[in-house]
Amino acid sequence: MTTFLKLLFRNRLAAVGAVVLAAILLLALITPILPLADPDVTATADRFQRPFSTGHLLGTDHLGRDLLSRLLWGTRLSLAVGIVAALVAATIGSGIGIVAGYFGGRTDNIIMRGVDMLMAFPYILLALAIVAALGPGLMNALIAVAAVNIPFFARNIRGVTVGLAGREFIDAARLAGMGHTRIILTELLPNVLSTIVIAMSTTVGWMILETAGLSFLGLGSQPPQADLGSMLGEARSALITNPHTSVVPGIMIFLIVMSINLLGDGVRDALDPRLRSGALTRPRAVTLVDRRGNVPHADQKGLLNIQQLETQFHVGPRVYRAVNKVSLHVNPGEALGVIGESGSGKSVTALSVMGLVASPPGVITGGAVRYEGEDLLAASYDSLRRKRGNNVAYIFQDPLSTLHPLYRVGDQLIEAIQAHHKVPDAEAKARAIELLKAVRIPNPESRIRNFPHEMSGGMRQRVGIAMALANDPDVIIADEPTTALDVTVQAQILSLLDDLRRERGLAIIFITHDFGVVAQLCDRVAVMYAGRIVEEGPTATILEHPAHPYTKRLMACVPELGGGKRELAAIPGLPPVVSDLPPGCAFAPRCTKATEACQQGEIDLAGTATHTVRCIHPEEELA
Amino acid sequence: MTALKVRDLSKTFPIGGGLLGRARAGVRAVRPMSFEVQTGETLGIVGESGCGKSTLARMLVGLLEPTTGRIEIEDRPLDNADPAAFGKLIQYVFQDPVSSLNPRKTIKQIMEAPLKRLYGLDAEERMGRIREIFASVNLREEFLDRYPHEFSGGQAQRIGIARALAAAPRIIILDEPVSALDVSVQAQVLNLLAGLREEFNLTYLFISHDLAVVEAVSDRIMVLYFGSVVEIGPAEEVFKTPRHPYTKLLADSAPVVGRALSAPEQKDSELPDPLNPPTGCAFAGRCPRATERCLTAEPELKPLGEHQLAACHHPLEG
Repeated sequence: MTTFLKLLFRNRLAAVGAVVLAAILLLALITPILPLADPDVTATADRFQRPFSTGHLLGTDHLGRDLLSRLLWGTRLSLAVGIVAALVAATIGSGIGIVAGYFGGRTDNIIMRGVDMLMAFPYILLALAIVAALGPGLMNALIAVAAVNIPFFARNIRGVTVGLAGREFIDAARLAGMGHTRIILTELLPNVLSTIVIAMSTTVGWMILETAGLSFLGLGSQPPQADLGSMLGEARSALITNPHTSVVPGIMIFLIVMSINLLGDGVRDALDPRLRSGALTRPRAVTLVDRRGNVPHADQKGLLNIQQLETQFHVGPRVYRAVNKVSLHVNPGEALGVIGESGSGKSVTALSVMGLVASPPGVITGGAVRYEGEDLLAASYDSLRRKRGNNVAYIFQDPLSTLHPLYRVGDQLIEAIQAHHKVPDAEAKARAIELLKAVRIPNPESRIRNFPHEMSGGMRQRVGIAMALANDPDVIIADEPTTALDVTVQAQILSLLDDLRRERGLAIIFITHDFGVVAQLCDRVAVMYAGRIVEEGPTATILEHPAHPYTKRLMACVPELGGGKRELAAIPGLPPVVSDLPPGCAFAPRCTKATEACQQGEIDLAGTATHTVRCIHPEEELA
Repeated sequence: MTALKVRDLSKTFPIGGGLLGRARAGVRAVRPMSFEVQTGETLGIVGESGCGKSTLARMLVGLLEPTTGRIEIEDRPLDNADPAAFGKLIQYVFQDPVSSLNPRKTIKQIMEAPLKRLYGLDAEERMGRIREIFASVNLREEFLDRYPHEFSGGQAQRIGIARALAAAPRIIILDEPVSALDVSVQAQVLNLLAGLREEFNLTYLFISHDLAVVEAVSDRIMVLYFGSVVEIGPAEEVFKTPRHPYTKLLADSAPVVGRALSAPEQKDSELPDPLNPPTGCAFAGRCPRATERCLTAEPELKPLGEHQLAACHHPLEG
């Protein structure tokens, strides 16, 4: 709750809205005990007194009634009607929305078409029609305003519910023996409540305005009872001669609606989890680089050379050391595998190369990334942008989320080509077809007009690879490119990547958690654990003679086909959180060979020129 | 004893047809299939995305109404209308452990639901049962007051398994229970499942796309392709001597340490279009052994070898 308030008040305008609204609400609440004149007593002798005249702070209206008194009583009534209407609309509308969204199918169809019909009328006409049918009066105005706003809630809440109803925890609740009513009340409702509150906070303002509108037309509160709308309506005839009678209620309506809307926006921003996680603070175009220590000197290793790279995430007071002094290099035509479990820092290492880690919260705090000797971390945004895709290209795990759903794949390929090379459209299109051919998509001439959703997962990933190849890069960084694919498709994609690197001399950094994939594709492999490289060397050597206990035991965990039914080796415990790493070896708490020395001080990567390990009790002595 | 018997079970999803219009055609997600699972046995169900394995699983637990067919558990036919009747006999462990737990409920509330709804236990009995179950799945009791987002994938999956156990079912359907987990944690969960099967004499249906995982836990294996059973048999025989070319393709595609990289089939083959299904054998378009007959006649499951069955006109030699 305090974090909610803190977030809310970080938005200045919302804070102003909250203060104004609180003041108005307070005034409305204490109106009955204030020493005010009776709002309904007429005194025609005193009509149209100006503001600040004796006895009438805001003057009097056309019947000589005290405007201040009428204003406060009127505000009280308008607020009450608006809030009650919002509550009624929210309750009925959300109820309809949840039922429609949960049951889906025909129920949903019938309910929502009914709601659509309600929405098809201009809302003020609909409200007028309802009041006309029920007769004028404040209660009927309330019913009309509530009814008009039901569709808004119904549609909003239905949308959220449809997403939730397909979630697995709803299925689980059904299997636990819960009935429909119970699922709606105890499983769905708590999850949509925040949406209802947000929708309500943004609509109360409208509803007050709509009630005022009906009263202005004489269909809401009946004389002599005052509400803001009827006050305006009565003052209309004296608009030119005595403007203050209209201005006073007008300003009050303005203040109420404005403050509610400002506060509502603030509430929405503070409650919406997507906005709370910082989606409103757009990440920078390049990861922030804030190197404290010395930049390592160029050591002429490889085409792409990552030296002592440190990338951290600064979230509040916590510092997550996602990548901790990682050094890797890759040569032309070589495939380097980076293997590790989730949270080991393998993806962040890859994204750091081209400054693609989201900042905030990501910060590169040390090391260098050299491409042909040039330090990319020191490069300007323009020079980095020219290299992205042109020299170093990425292939991501999920092709469905990396391709734009609304553009044809051909157009996306052409865009990728034209981003770096000024070529005419026809030439770019020919090149796009050529690329699709290169990744072995059948009928590229017609496939180029497909939208991403018209392709299978394997075909989409081929488009992702084609896009990475579009500008003939020298290095491709593939982040789990086959994890989302079926095995038969995975085999096709892997052999495609292997052919491409042999044909074009591509350097590939292949990030995966699968030893089988590494064994088939990569020349060298680096094993990562808790943000550090724990072992690096030629693939064959590491697979046959792993030196680090983690590598050895991780390999043992992977079931291999042909082993039959059996007990599998497991590593007890969980990988550590990188915000709070123990000194020494991060794997020590899970390691059977750990001694006291393992948890004291830094352990260096040591070994031969090709095979290195970060362990003081390695499985194999590397000399 | 037969724990689960399925006869001619199928599911066709209607497509098109709005409020008033009638659905014109349908996608046959699961074609009529029959199989049995013995008590205490683990049946592995293998297939690629779109083969109908999740649709089959959802029908078996009553989350989806079958189009045709019957399900019998321990020789009693199931009443499709009552989900609670399903719940006591057959439970489901979901693929994504975090999304299967309601984010707004504590673990205790989640664990209590089946005990309260299916068995009507009072508060004290419920706590006792939860303690027993948590002990068997190696979870600490202090977790009970926490919310799902506080757990790692492996812990959340253990909570999912604990919830399934709370219903004291005869059969548990495990739908890709480890595919969202890290390798080192995956082995922990698989071993736990094997232990629980012994302890509670459970019957498992283990669905996965990972052949090596399925092989490591299954007694028998059923291979699905395009909504049909193409091969079924004892685990060791199915992978040692696959009879259906698709089974062989699957086994050859799995990346294995020490095997050279080669695409096991043409590089442009794709799954058949469910909206426009091919006649004859659905695999014919990808099959190196396909002949004229495969394109016209749909192959039936027939016994090959001692316990193996395959649906193929030109099965591989044993």
